[in-house]
Amino acid sequence: MTEAVVRVEGLGKKYLLQQRAEAGYARLSEQLMRAATAPWRRLTRPSDRIARKEFWALKDLSFEIGSGEVVGVIGRNGAGKSTLLKLLSRITEPTEGRIELCGRVASLLEVGTGFHPELTGRENIFLNGALLGMTRAEIRAKFDAIVAFAEVEQFLDTPVKRYSSGMYVRLAFAVAAHLDPEILIIDEVLAVGDAAFQKKCLGRMDEIARGGRTVLFVSHQMGTVAQLCSRCLYLEQGRLAADGPTEDVIPRYLTSGQAIGGVSNRTPDDAVTPDAPMWVVAARTTANDGEPQSDFLHTSQVTLRLALGRNDPAGEIPTQLVCTVAVQDHLGRRVLTTQCQPSEVGDFEADDELAMSLPAPLLAPGSYAFIVTLHTHAGEIFDRLSGVCPFTITDGGSRFARYRAGDLGCVLADCEWQLISAGDLVANRF
Amino acid sequence: MPRLVIEANRPSLGYWADLYRYRELLYFLAWRDVLVRYKQTAIGVAWAVIRPLLVMLVLWFVFGRLAKLPAGDTPYPIVVLAAVLPWQFFAVALGESSTSLVANAGLVSKVYFPRILLPIGAVLVSLIDFVISLSLLGVVMAVLSYAPTWRMLSLPLFTLLGLLAALGPGLLVTTLNVRFRDFRYVIPFVVQFGLYISPVGFRTDVVPEKWRLLYSLNPMVGVIDGFRWAICREETLYLPGFACSLAVTAVTLALGVTYFRRTERTFADII
Repeated sequence: MTEAVVRVEGLGKKYLLQQRAEAGYARLSEQLMRAATAPWRRLTRPSDRIARKEFWALKDLSFEIGSGEVVGVIGRNGAGKSTLLKLLSRITEPTEGRIELCGRVASLLEVGTGFHPELTGRENIFLNGALLGMTRAEIRAKFDAIVAFAEVEQFLDTPVKRYSSGMYVRLAFAVAAHLDPEILIIDEVLAVGDAAFQKKCLGRMDEIARGGRTVLFVSHQMGTVAQLCSRCLYLEQGRLAADGPTEDVIPRYLTSGQAIGGVSNRTPDDAVTPDAPMWVVAARTTANDGEPQSDFLHTSQVTLRLALGRNDPAGEIPTQLVCTVAVQDHLGRRVLTTQCQPSEVGDFEADDELAMSLPAPLLAPGSYAFIVTLHTHAGEIFDRLSGVCPFTITDGGSRFARYRAGDLGCVLADCEWQLISAGDLVANRF
Repeated sequence: MPRLVIEANRPSLGYWADLYRYRELLYFLAWRDVLVRYKQTAIGVAWAVIRPLLVMLVLWFVFGRLAKLPAGDTPYPIVVLAAVLPWQFFAVALGESSTSLVANAGLVSKVYFPRILLPIGAVLVSLIDFVISLSLLGVVMAVLSYAPTWRMLSLPLFTLLGLLAALGPGLLVTTLNVRFRDFRYVIPFVVQFGLYISPVGFRTDVVPEKWRLLYSLNPMVGVIDGFRWAICREETLYLPGFACSLAVTAVTLALGVTYFRRTERTFADII
């Protein structure tokens, strides 16, 4: 690694959460009096009555980034990613620790920040460039490149309030992409724009990184992160949970198993048919090792675990009971359906669970959920759940990873390809 | 390559140097506000002249015609206008600068730049309006064939004083506005009220001698007296009062800058 361009030591950021102290029930006159004197009390004794709770958005963060590195920052919502970027771009100050930055920092925290709707595209390029730290001469020098990149030549003298949202975003990204900072900070900008433009943005970011500049990239799109970044910082609840090569860190993030959208503790009353002999008590998706998980790589097996409840513990499982599980895509369309007769699997006892594993690779990257139905062959439905255990499949490096925006459908298949030479064709004809 | 160290609880040393580095942004922020100000208006920048004209006519009618306050040798419209122009400048500058941070909350929470550029930019924009409105003075003086004196050359000095008089409270209020939006309602009221307690419609010598020094605690009294002295021939400058206004302006400005700098680091978190 070359000399560190970004050095962070023991960084922490504390926020104070305001929590109203228990007010209880008071008389109306008291409430009115309270309301009337509130502004004065707030001015003189700001801490009064409002209990404050400390919240560390970031705690004890230390890392170094060398020049020319492209580093992904990943983590769940609220893990502290945005706070980190805000600290690095000097928007807010740390509560503890120190940051050392070598060179100009430009941050693209939200596309179009600083655009004024009344101003024309041309005017906004200058304004936004200045906001991002460019001088007038620099902007003028890059003006044509920016306009060409954004593909808005015809609309340069139209107020941006009349722009389509796509044009707006393209222009905003174009300005930022042509800023030549030593350190570029990008927060989830690629979630916008059409497929072709997203590809262009990725290309531009690649170019920036190859030009020896340092890029920090925050995203929830693991596919993009995997493709763009060689190294990843994984934040969990404000702390650095992992720091290393992308291919090591992303699986750790995906298997961290927070927030599994399963169901639990259902009672017979929740079932479709009252007094059903069996119902689904709980459902969750797990990885191969049985740990709950909801994000999977396309190469890893998705397992659905079902805990079934029985109305007559002593009785036999109705032999005609069938469990049907279907996978639905993000539009609610069925992708596939699979079926099993619990009595066929083996002796089913209380607290046993049914496990169904999808083969891998099978599903294309995307979001899916399950439909679980307990019924008889005769068509009598005991219990039915749809949209349970939503999970995502992430491209873990398939040959399609480079075409991020393309629609691959729902199923990946290893199809057989072969070359039939012209000679054979002629031979076959006769 | 510039090296930047950000440490907790330590003011960054390069703040004022940064301010210089971002001078172009100041220009662009002011330029943006000027451009936006009269977009989609039919008569555009003419508003900068029409507003003081209307105020002048009303005050002239009320104080000069109805109340028959003394005008001296100078025509009453000029006496009034010499005060209306700086007053409007002050009122607009104070109003714009005191809402500048909240109005640009999106920028403050998304981009770094020395935040003090926002109130300063707002004041500069009102300065441009003011310069345009000066043409009204020229027209009125020509119509009433009132010859200017050399003293008019001192106007830039008094304009600067008016700018600083607006910037001080502007900085204080815009900072307070970040946490307490109540101040958004205070300023229009203060400005409305100030028009009558400042010597806009009447001359300062209407005020009894023993109250004059106290009256000069209003920093705009000094500015307006200065303007009258520069424009109206027979006017004399009441120096103790002027010094008092100057001192109040300086103290307010110092307070404003200090409070702004102290609170600046938390703007993005609470705005």
